[in-house]
Amino acid sequence: MGGTAHWWLEVALRLVVILGFFLVVPLLVGQMEHKAMAHMQGRLGPMKAGGFHGWAQLIADGVKFVQKESVVPADADRLVFQIAPAVALLPYLVALVVVPIGPGTQVGVALDLGLFFVLAVMGVGVLGTLMGGWASANKYSLLGGIRTAAQLMAYELPMLLSAASIGMAAGTLSLSGIVAQWHWYWLPWQLIGAFVFFVSGLAELQRPPFDMPVADSEIIFGAYTEYTGLRFAFFLLAEYAGIVLLCLLTTVLFLGGWHGPFSEHLGWLWTLLKTLVLSFVVIWLRVSYPRLREDQLQRFAWTALIPLSLAQLAITGVVRVL
Amino acid sequence: MTTESELSDGAGGAQRPGRDFPGSGLVKGLATTFKTMTHKAHTVQYPDQAPELAPRTRGVIALVEENCTVCMLCARECPDWCIYIDSHKETVPAGPEGGRDRTRNMLDRFAIDFSLCMYCGICIEVCPFDALEWSPEFEYAEFDIKNLLHEKDRLGEWLATVPAPVALDPAAEEPKELALAQKTADKRIAAAKAAEIVALIEDVPDAETGPVEDSTPEGDG
Repeated sequence: MGGTAHWWLEVALRLVVILGFFLVVPLLVGQMEHKAMAHMQGRLGPMKAGGFHGWAQLIADGVKFVQKESVVPADADRLVFQIAPAVALLPYLVALVVVPIGPGTQVGVALDLGLFFVLAVMGVGVLGTLMGGWASANKYSLLGGIRTAAQLMAYELPMLLSAASIGMAAGTLSLSGIVAQWHWYWLPWQLIGAFVFFVSGLAELQRPPFDMPVADSEIIFGAYTEYTGLRFAFFLLAEYAGIVLLCLLTTVLFLGGWHGPFSEHLGWLWTLLKTLVLSFVVIWLRVSYPRLREDQLQRFAWTALIPLSLAQLAITGVVRVL
Repeated sequence: MTTESELSDGAGGAQRPGRDFPGSGLVKGLATTFKTMTHKAHTVQYPDQAPELAPRTRGVIALVEENCTVCMLCARECPDWCIYIDSHKETVPAGPEGGRDRTRNMLDRFAIDFSLCMYCGICIEVCPFDALEWSPEFEYAEFDIKNLLHEKDRLGEWLATVPAPVALDPAAEEPKELALAQKTADKRIAAAKAAEIVALIEDVPDAETGPVEDSTPEGDG
């Protein structure tokens, strides 16, 4: 009896920590985007909300979104329209459960098929955008949704191939197992894979320079055009949760996760630090580069990333056999 | 620094001129944004921090009431007729040495409606007596558009905020006013000198005949 109580307590604690991570770190990245982007453009960014350098800007934004009216277009497919934001947001929360942030038991659930599970669930997140785009009964939303679908098809393949390469290198699909096997020489060995994984992840999240599906100068805001209030905020939160998950996965798969000095005790800090640095890179890329045109976007995936990821697979295989 | 060194690398490196290493443009883009981030932002936090205004900022029009002769040139030249002037005539009595009474225009009302004013500055240009001046003051927003009609006392208050004229360029022509003043001053000095010489010349024969009457007031003064 006492044993089961202990077990339940542990599960509850793990879930609370994961939920806290899920709610706090995306906001942290969002605030970083506000400030880093502003300073990269010679501005200050939010300075008022919360007093000190606008630290509470995203909380204020959240409060604003909650107050807004939730509008469903008359011709919309009501149910699909209404659950789309949840479909976009929740997979990232589910995926977080299996990502190890520290050595040993510092993982929600140590799943043997962790890598497979995470990639499958991340793919579901994009379906939310697709649903929103279809259900909005708006031509811009539909265009955005179709572009999202095209992008998903093009970039899912290189992402999976580069993830397969790291799975081959480690000989396991367990995320904890991959991090445990990691050695510094994996960095040059899997460099191409890391690049392909990170870039195609960016494209799947529709982050600039791959933001054709939400290109505001052409199709307003793509699949999110008709959304207001809290549902819109969920889509935005999903974007930042996606950034966090992508950076976390890149860290865990390619950058050695919790490896670093004092990793016995401070492993989770290393994971967090690497994730935040990668998130900064995501923001940096957004500020620096213009948007890729739809044909450039497709060509980049099919003629650059997929051959590169195949080459990485070959390299990994050759080195493993040797 | 980064960009300059990269540029020089591209020009003097192994690559032929005009052909950079593939992707160097992407790196340059990243370097530019990062460099901007490390520099100070350009934003001025306005209500907390006063903006640095240009010396001839056109904020509001100030009135030097004493200079106004009610000639109405400004009101007539104003493209959107936003200057309102009322006046009456007063008689200045003749001086003690004969002559006649003179009439003078007395300014009763001078108002500018800043809800109509388009800040063209023609009124200031056209005023022959420098009664209107540009002031850099800009914080006079109102909740009601009617309250933007400002009377002469308010226009006079803004006079305190008018900056000193900008210094002329080193090689610039001297302003007409200065030349005029210089001319007057020169005339007076010449007249004074002439008077001195005349006095000296008159002094010489006076010394021979009887200098007592003339020299006493000088000694006193």
